[in-house]
Amino acid sequence: MDAFSRAGSGPPPPIGTCPVNTENPTTAASSQIKDMDAVAIRFCGDSGDGMQLTGGQFTTTSALFGNDFATFPDFPAEIRAPRGTTFGVSGFQVQFADHHIHTPGDAVNALVAMNPAAFKMNISDVEPGGVVIVNEDEFTKVNLKKAGYAPDENPLDDESLSTRFQFRPIPISRLTRESLADSEMGAKDVDRCRNMYALGLVYWLFDRSLDTTIDYLETYFGARKNKPEVAAINVAALKAGYYFGETAELFPVQYKVNPAPLEAGTYRKISGTEATTLGFAAAAEKSGTDILYAGYPITPASELLHGLSALKHLGIRTFQAEDEIAAVCAAIGASFAGNLGVTGTSGPGLALKGEALGLATMLELPLVVVDVQRAGPATGMPTKTEQADLLQAMYGRSGETPCVIVAPSSPSDCFEMVLEAVRLAFRCMCPVLFLSDGSIANGAEPWRLPDLDAIEPIPVTHPTEPAPGDERLNPYRRDPDTLSRPWVIPGTPGLEHRVGGLEKQDVTGNVSYDGDNHQHMVETRAEKVHRAQAIIPPLEVDDPGDTDVLVLGWGSTRGSIIGAVNGLREEGVPVAMAHIRHLNPFPSNLGEILEKYSTIIVPENNTGQLRFLLQGKYLKPVIGINELKGRSFQVAELRDRIRTCIDEGSP
Amino acid sequence: MTTENGNPAKDADVQLPTLKAKDFTTDQDVRWCPGCGDYAVLAAVRKTLPTLGRNKEDFVFVSGIGCAARFPYYMETYGMHSIHGRAPAFATGIKIANPELDVWLVSGDGDLLSIGGNHTLHIMRRNVDVNIILLNNRIYGLTKGQYSPTSERGKVTKSTPDGSIDSPLNPLSLALGADSTFVARGIDIDAKHLTVLMQRGAAHRGTAFIEVYQDCNIFNHQAWFYASQKESRPETTVECVHGEPLVFGAEGDKGIRFHDGGLEVIQLGGEYTVEDCMVHDERNRLQAWMLTRMHYPEFPEPLGVLYCDPDVPAYDAALQEQVAHVREQRAGQDLAGLVQGKETWDVG
Ligand code: SF4
Repeated sequence: MDAFSRAGSGPPPPIGTCPVNTENPTTAASSQIKDMDAVAIRFCGDSGDGMQLTGGQFTTTSALFGNDFATFPDFPAEIRAPRGTTFGVSGFQVQFADHHIHTPGDAVNALVAMNPAAFKMNISDVEPGGVVIVNEDEFTKVNLKKAGYAPDENPLDDESLSTRFQFRPIPISRLTRESLADSEMGAKDVDRCRNMYALGLVYWLFDRSLDTTIDYLETYFGARKNKPEVAAINVAALKAGYYFGETAELFPVQYKVNPAPLEAGTYRKISGTEATTLGFAAAAEKSGTDILYAGYPITPASELLHGLSALKHLGIRTFQAEDEIAAVCAAIGASFAGNLGVTGTSGPGLALKGEALGLATMLELPLVVVDVQRAGPATGMPTKTEQADLLQAMYGRSGETPCVIVAPSSPSDCFEMVLEAVRLAFRCMCPVLFLSDGSIANGAEPWRLPDLDAIEPIPVTHPTEPAPGDERLNPYRRDPDTLSRPWVIPGTPGLEHRVGGLEKQDVTGNVSYDGDNHQHMVETRAEKVHRAQAIIPPLEVDDPGDTDVLVLGWGSTRGSIIGAVNGLREEGVPVAMAHIRHLNPFPSNLGEILEKYSTIIVPENNTGQLRFLLQGKYLKPVIGINELKGRSFQVAELRDRIRTCIDEGSP
Repeated sequence: MTTENGNPAKDADVQLPTLKAKDFTTDQDVRWCPGCGDYAVLAAVRKTLPTLGRNKEDFVFVSGIGCAARFPYYMETYGMHSIHGRAPAFATGIKIANPELDVWLVSGDGDLLSIGGNHTLHIMRRNVDVNIILLNNRIYGLTKGQYSPTSERGKVTKSTPDGSIDSPLNPLSLALGADSTFVARGIDIDAKHLTVLMQRGAAHRGTAFIEVYQDCNIFNHQAWFYASQKESRPETTVECVHGEPLVFGAEGDKGIRFHDGGLEVIQLGGEYTVEDCMVHDERNRLQAWMLTRMHYPEFPEPLGVLYCDPDVPAYDAALQEQVAHVREQRAGQDLAGLVQGKETWDVG
């Protein structure tokens, strides 16, 4: 039995074993190497300890090595919470594997804890037999007190640690200082290299090359920040950590996770935010339309504003507005003038934008609204993920205000779904909501580079004369197929016209208070959105056969659902699964699919919002598995809950 | 070809259209109450646009909500009647998307100073090249007569039966406080004067903020009569002309002088002469500030262009410049390169 168990599969290894595995001896000079199929590592420390950087580097190195991976950065809302406190703990988990994986892993196989607070907050997530490396130098009286331990209590004194885990207290602070003793740099700079020392040690443990991180440090500190001396001590600490692992014989074996058999192609590591950014750049190019992204800083959507603001050379301009409302309004103004207006926010911001979305619905102009959902209501838990804005996206406005809704299902999927959102916005001439969430935006995975030439152009037309047969422009003369109105932009001679939030007479666009016309317009706006089904791909079901159980998900739960369903199938429980990426309108074959299964289970990180929509629309009982813990489902837990649902039958 | 103030006009060889006020008139019935001050302003705007040397299709009128905000429906240009208070944000988006457009924002005191106060503040500090006409009638008209943020203290309305207890906002002081680069004031029934202000505003590259004293003859009739009527106006207002002394009064017998750290009204002809009056300098922000603080009846209220600083770059122009610069700097960096990112690896 491995010291590590693969996340979500098989029973935990026997407690109290630190097996020295003698299988698979390799040619490594000083130690043995043991192959693993997947490992989840968590780096944690104070938010000033550079844990995100450390985790990111380990991920990049694993990616370049060829592993499949998924990451889960977990940081506090406080930028610099008082040092050493539990609410200032920042963590970064990455699972890397020699096969396809979809989640950052349930249990932690290896933990690196840089201080007592990080140890306290994370130790319970480590699987029995897992590796636990702690920086014992930081377990001082003062730090223990800050972490909330009782006077005279030091958790490292717990003798069971070394029977429950491969427990390795290491004086990382002292060793870092000693390894940099020759450096001229001050104590502060030297101490900041502790994370690289720890990373070096972990690199040794997992038999990884240092090259990528050395390159990074030299480019980042050396070339970009013009601080080659800082680069030098970080590199020195990294190497020292690695050699320490090699010579100290702390671990009987090194672990190795071989490359995963991914589809052939060129890959990169990509986060949801990056993929969203690239999606907009691609949309600008494919539609020949410049984009104005207007946003207001809000966690966890601000990174999108940052990313897009650097793309002025690719047809994207950004506008940091004075508030959420101004952001959506500026985006609508830009769409009126012929750009594609895009705004991005999180749930509280979406609430503020509601009235303007109503206006965009009346004006019938294209608009994309990115909602990176977070745990709510109100400020809630801004850095934690949740899927609880679906009904807000669907209904959160005054009057009958149908908007198109799409949702990416993983970080890399954002690229394709942004293109889809833009395509739909242009086709329907209405707001399209793009429901991402914290775990998608901040999570990262490998991404096979797309063939950009193969992406279909996105058609956009701006009429320069009235419709055939019309003497003058009728701004609400609709396309008979799509029901969309012509997008005539200011500056076009002879087609001057007015739009506004008052109800419009169909065809002429004149203000109208006529009841029959209002009914007609409400129905037409809804039908226009409904007709988008024509270009929405049918929902695909992964059905192993011989099952009447369907697990249906949307958004970021995809990875956990795949893991859970695969687990059940391995146990011999056949279960079908499907993942909805178009939430309004739904794919046209959804009703048909629901009819085929007698048990439909919908796991969501909310109290049952998709379930509500499905039951309302298709009048079909649906079982919900609902969890709101600020993170995605744990695979094993979800698997067990699905099994229970199956055993207990229909609701 | 550019006008004196650097306003972009069409190329010299392009035939400019000869437009008339009626070319800017839509087929929509104007729905303001008979006698509303908005009619006069609408007529003045329709007359002004043909003098600006732009094509009709280049004008965009944007408004928020309120009586004044119906304005775009009556202008045969591109237009957007938006939502309450947010017109400055829409106008900003339009200018960012297409800086060539000549964007006008017309709305009321409730819209721009109450629900939309934040956006009004920010469009001015950004100096987006938009002409703002604030139709100030010191009341909520469309919602039938509640006091507004510019209503005088003690105002008795439906929502303040015992009199309002908050102080009114001074729109021009707000504009200066927000570092607006063009601040002016006119009166609804003086079309000629308004036309000059609007021409100046249109020529100004940056936010031109023009407050117009507008009569709501239904809910706040005669609120501005002290300043707007022929008989009283010379005594209750002072016309600010750049380089000219601040003199007012039917006989030109009064002036404004700077004394003891502030302004005061002086009687000319006796102890004081025109020489003692403050000379209006529209580039002087502190002087402009003092002028905005002159309230009737202690002072005559200032009309005209109180402040103009043509040297501050407009937001939209600065953005264009930045975009051009970045494009030049990153020439050759394309989508494919961006998609590829910093590190890639090959499989298979
Ligand atoms: S209510 Fe007042 S402001 Fe509104 S249209 Fe009537 S007169 Fe004009």
